Amino acid sequence: MPDLPDDQEIDALAALADTRRRAVYEHVAAAAGALSRDQVAEALGIGRNLAAHHLDRLAEAGLLDVSFARLSGRAGPGAGRPSKLYRRSAAEHAVSLPPRGYRALAEVFADAVEEAGVEPALYAAARRHGARLAGGPAEETLRRLGYEPYADGDVWRLRNCPFDGVARTHPGAVCGANLALLEGALGGGVRIDPGPGGCCVVVDRGTRVTKINGDLF
Amino acid sequence: MTAHLAQLNIAAPVGPREDPRMAGFYAELDRINAIADGWPGFVWRLVDDDGADATSLQPFGGDIMVNMSVWQSLEALREFTFRSGHLDILRRRREWFRPFGDASMVVWWVPEGHVPTLVEAEERLDLLRREGPTPRAFTFRDPFPAS
Repeated sequence: MPDLPDDQEIDALAALADTRRRAVYEHVAAAAGALSRDQVAEALGIGRNLAAHHLDRLAEAGLLDVSFARLSGRAGPGAGRPSKLYRRSAAEHAVSLPPRGYRALAEVFADAVEEAGVEPALYAAARRHGARLAGGPAEETLRRLGYEPYADGDVWRLRNCPFDGVARTHPGAVCGANLALLEGALGGGVRIDPGPGGCCVVVDRGTRVTKINGDLF
Repeated sequence: MTAHLAQLNIAAPVGPREDPRMAGFYAELDRINAIADGWPGFVWRLVDDDGADATSLQPFGGDIMVNMSVWQSLEALREFTFRSGHLDILRRRREWFRPFGDASMVVWWVPEGHVPTLVEAEERLDLLRREGPTPRAFTFRDPFPAS
């Protein structure tokens, strides 16, 4: 069971209290790759120095990771200085008051499910849970559930895995439950197709939420 | 000396190869093995006399199937297991395999070039079951670095 949130967690949260800084964070988090100060400044219509200030403050708080690269693609003398680039940190920040430890319990449940071999019951429960979350167009539903969808040809790919921690320790059961949950929420058109990062599920872009009714599940 | 990672998995199928309930598994087997063979960091996997897979070997008696392989790193095996087409097989495993109620997968470090034997693999699985994860026999959940 976690103790009170430590200073680092509080600091991460506090860094987002400023609305403009929060907009900077959201813009970087939604980007496919790392962004430079100029790119962020331009996209948000703010000055370069202000963008740099917010980006560095977010990096300091552990919310963004920093790297350096030459954007021009040139190398060697005359290629210019490398740009400072920012992308969302993979580190998780959770602040819960009073302290709650659902992650630990999720791992215990997943252990028990895998040992007992009751994945089919887990998937059925996840599908029912998904059905309760259904409503609206697929993209909106995915966004609301934290998957961060982006279009890739005929499918939505999902930049974020909302169950990342426990999905790493119990991928079979958790990715299966995740797929079933999305099946329930979107009424179908989903399959497992993992890439190097993000969620393992892809969603057909033709998917429209079907009317969920009692006898569907 | 470079260390490689050996892996053993055992599984109790719900029926023999010709059982219709196993059709979905055998339909995917060649495709998944081909993904493994081409995956970055793959070194070796156990095959029977047919040379395609190890499904006809049942060295631990009964109907227990085995799967044994060697990888350049734990990360390589982890990526294949969870970030390839293999993940969907893992998700569906209860359609084809009964739960053991005990460890059914073990990994351990071997010297580069070493081809693990089934005797060695069984010892490692027994060790994991007796003592829990140790540097000599462990799991993805509780990994140990190569010494």
